[in-house]
Amino acid sequence: MYNQTEIIKDTTELGPEGELVVNMGPQHPATHGVLHLVVTLNGETIKKIEPHLGYIHRSIEKMCESLTYRQFIYVTSRMDYLSSHINNTACALLVEKGMQIEVPERAQYVRTILNELTRIASHELWIGAMAMDLGAFTPFFYAFREREMITEIMEDTCGARLTMNYIVPGGLMYDIHPTFQNKVKAFIKQFKEKVVEYEDLVTNNVIFQSRTKGVGILSAEDAISFGCTGPVARASGVNCDIRKIAPYDVYAKVEFDEVIETAGDSFARYMVRIKEMNQSIRIIEQLIDTIPEGDFVGKTKNVLKLPKGEFYQRVETARGEFGVYIVSEGGTTPHRIKFRSPGFSNLSALSHMAEGSKIGDLMATMGTLDLVIPDIDR
Amino acid sequence: MFSLEGITTATQDWLLIKFNPTIALAIECVIVILLSISLFALLGLVLVLMERKVAARIQIRLGPNRVGPGGIFQTAADTLKLIMKEGLTPDTADKFLFNLAPFIVMMVAMLLLAPIAFAKNFQIWDINIGVLYISAISSLSVIGILMAGWASNNKYSLLGAMRSGAQIVSYELSAGFAVLTIVVLTGSLQISEIVAAQQNGWWLFKGHIPVIIAFVLYIIAVTAETNRAPFDLAEAESELTAGFHTEYSGMKFALFSLAEYINIFIVCAIGATLFLGGWMPLHIGHWEGFNHIMDYIPSSIWFMGKTFFLIFLIMWFRWTFPRLRVDQLLNLEWKYLLPISLFNLLLVTIIAIMGWHF
Repeated sequence: MYNQTEIIKDTTELGPEGELVVNMGPQHPATHGVLHLVVTLNGETIKKIEPHLGYIHRSIEKMCESLTYRQFIYVTSRMDYLSSHINNTACALLVEKGMQIEVPERAQYVRTILNELTRIASHELWIGAMAMDLGAFTPFFYAFREREMITEIMEDTCGARLTMNYIVPGGLMYDIHPTFQNKVKAFIKQFKEKVVEYEDLVTNNVIFQSRTKGVGILSAEDAISFGCTGPVARASGVNCDIRKIAPYDVYAKVEFDEVIETAGDSFARYMVRIKEMNQSIRIIEQLIDTIPEGDFVGKTKNVLKLPKGEFYQRVETARGEFGVYIVSEGGTTPHRIKFRSPGFSNLSALSHMAEGSKIGDLMATMGTLDLVIPDIDR
Repeated sequence: MFSLEGITTATQDWLLIKFNPTIALAIECVIVILLSISLFALLGLVLVLMERKVAARIQIRLGPNRVGPGGIFQTAADTLKLIMKEGLTPDTADKFLFNLAPFIVMMVAMLLLAPIAFAKNFQIWDINIGVLYISAISSLSVIGILMAGWASNNKYSLLGAMRSGAQIVSYELSAGFAVLTIVVLTGSLQISEIVAAQQNGWWLFKGHIPVIIAFVLYIIAVTAETNRAPFDLAEAESELTAGFHTEYSGMKFALFSLAEYINIFIVCAIGATLFLGGWMPLHIGHWEGFNHIMDYIPSSIWFMGKTFFLIFLIMWFRWTFPRLRVDQLLNLEWKYLLPISLFNLLLVTIIAIMGWHF
């Protein structure tokens, strides 16, 4: 075990070449949570970044071992809280796969729509937070205006605004709200009108472009070797959309493009997320009018018992590939559970991307990595 | 018609009748000091509220709306809170410099108030080198900021202060050259004469395109000089938490923030004086009726209107643009703004010599 003095070093003295060691975090406005970066600076130039984790570790994997297959899903909402639906979906899919539970089509459609709405909501929050890191406050409020509509839809449908816990093995916890379709359509209409404002305020802004273009470059090889997934890897030109590679729910039935950019810089990561939101809208538009009638939950046993063996299920969250790995001994609880969180791998590339750049660039790089700390630190 | 000139003249006459000249002067000094301090407090309250309201409008929200009607007493309540808070001094700080820094920044802002003409013949000190005085004094504020950053013994503060030093020293040049264009056109450094020269039209309209360029340069440069977004690198909160005033709390923090707003007011007042005619009303050519109506609006309202328009512009920048990076900031000044200002000054000089301006 570490003792206190090993973790918190005395950083008041300058380094051998006059470097300044700055502790960014655990409480810092730009780390969006309790991430602790030990940054070695030479003037304004970054020489080394060392992320320190563990400030919000809750032993989620260990906790899951004592929860049943119905219960452990709810804990996963607390990991990447911005993609809680998608995390829940991954766990439900795994249990369904292990026990060969038939999921009604209606539930699959609703899950897909909700997953895409979650993705949009997550990206909306990211735009605001990233713009704030770069010193622009206003986009945050514009993004939250649209995000609020999604949150309201979630509130109507699932009863919660952030940690939804709506998806159960076999389908959904209860049927969708009667106003669900109308509200989603209203959201799509508003989003299409207002996304132009982001273009004016952020994308086409000269200062924003000069802050992000050519900053924090990650090559395709590095993206693969660091295990980056999601928008971060796709901005470097890596095909890694799980929705395309290993479709789940109804992703195989809908038409959408995997957004790929090749520049690998912060601006490319920004553009990937903006375009991904439009693709999500496209998916929702194809599904919203054709939600089939029928049951919202399949027939399952009261007590779920996964057969003996190992199971893995991966999904595409707003941040990348999220994987659930379960070793079952045949009991009512998992024997061992492991989550593969996208944020952890993406964070590991940060030091490589930001070395040699200015402090201001670190904010652009870290902002476009879209880190959610509870996802990194489970 | 309401006029501040009448009040000052009447006061002075009354003082001179009642007392001997020396005592009268002393009393005048006391009155001026009290007035400028109350002006400071008032401006601080008004500008902070204005900033929050403007930001709220831009950000599709309401802004302060609980304390008093429409939230007008919000800043008063905030000030009360700041006064009652403990002013912490860090253990490892250089205590003397740490406590001195906010007062230096504040003092500079106060000194700058002297030559500004608030209305017709309503000016604290009509010094004959007014513009030079302003340039000289305004560069002093960087000392206060560097002092605060160094004395805090905090790495974020130090980085913020270094950035601020580089920034203010660089942008001083562009601001200086922009101001010089008007000095060249007017042929005087005295504020009252610069205003008087705009009797028949503001310099922004009289001086052709070069003066418009100078005006734009001036606005950019003073935005940088007052450490406002998009040039707020000295206190970039996402990078340096709060920059040079990270360690300050309570009233000492309030003094920094007050000085920032007062500085904005002053640079905008100077901008309005130099380019937009100060307290001169808007006159259009030979439209006698229109000009006559404009003359009825008191000169103080003209001055404040123009100043607050410029303040609004600077606030608008802050809530629209992201922040520049430190090397981009210096590139912008040394590679673009400075050459443009030098060339622009040359153009204005030619215009002034040839008498091509109106």
